[in-house]
Amino acid sequence: MNKTMPPEYYSMLEEIQAVDFVLVELTLYLDTHPTDKEAIQQYNYYARQSKKLKKEFEKQFGPLLQYQSYSGYPWTWDDTPWPWQV
Amino acid sequence: MYSLVKYYHPYISPFDPCPPMKVKSYRTPPNLYIGFQPPSLPQFSPREALAHGTLWPIFYSPYPGKGKEEMTRE
Amino acid sequence: MWLYEKKLQYPVRVSQCNPRLAKFLIEQYGGADGELAAALRYLNQRYSIPDKVVGLLTDIGTEEFAHLEMIATMVYKLTKDATPEQLKEAGLAPHYANHDKALFYHNAAGNPWTAEYIQAKGDPIADLYEDIAAEEKARATYQWIINLSDDPDLNDGLKFLREREIIHSQRFREAVEILKEEQGKKKFF
Repeated sequence: MNKTMPPEYYSMLEEIQAVDFVLVELTLYLDTHPTDKEAIQQYNYYARQSKKLKKEFEKQFGPLLQYQSYSGYPWTWDDTPWPWQV
Repeated sequence: MYSLVKYYHPYISPFDPCPPMKVKSYRTPPNLYIGFQPPSLPQFSPREALAHGTLWPIFYSPYPGKGKEEMTRE
Repeated sequence: MWLYEKKLQYPVRVSQCNPRLAKFLIEQYGGADGELAAALRYLNQRYSIPDKVVGLLTDIGTEEFAHLEMIATMVYKLTKDATPEQLKEAGLAPHYANHDKALFYHNAAGNPWTAEYIQAKGDPIADLYEDIAAEEKARATYQWIINLSDDPDLNDGLKFLREREIIHSQRFREAVEILKEEQGKKKFF
């Protein structure tokens, strides 16, 4: 049995990867620039964006975040594909 | 402005067994020059940032690979 | 604690079944300047470094685990469907004899990972200078692997990882300035 992920899986995932990457960059920046208000506002904006995008993604393709995402029935966390398989 | 690659001409001996590479190069990435990052630098869009590996164009340092600099400077 | 997120940091692609490249790439998996060494170095140093830079070491250390997973993905994809014959041609017969296609924490020359690759001196300046050097060495290693590889998709992922080393080095350099407690007095340029 094999399933192929649809093109939306890749495009939505890449959108999440892009927004989460901005969060990584801003996090490291803020670690050395803790008083940059503009960067903190931007960080909070993208944190909200990321949550929104992940909610949409998870509706279609299952949980992303361990211990935090909701599961369908049966247990969906351990469904393939894993990140290195796609 | 600074360059992201530097060149030098190593000594060539008539007894070197391999055909000489007349020009050699090494990389000098932007982190060597910028100092403590100033606030409000121009940014890439999220997609571009992911593709470039950094949010700030000033830190982007392309790498061509395959010793291309040596070739072009012959 | 850490949470696992079921996604890669960057969309890794590999265009050819080329196990020879896996042999070089493993340097960044279990080598001295690889991603495992980086993650363990920073996440260990953070317990004894001044509070001002603990967050940075935690966050960069965490990102290194995401990079480790990217390298693992590349190696996995390059070898997944290779036959023992192909592995032999790629010089991976010794690896196959011991591990089949399992990944293992060793470098390109087959030496197993060792804690001797990393240092924790307890002196914040010494530790941060080690971290800066580690990032520059990892950047150089990515350059040499890109020079050896002719897979444009694989190189795309490797160039992303090379750029990350530059940013990490930048942040560690800033951490040194913070510990010098002079950066507020210096004029930005």
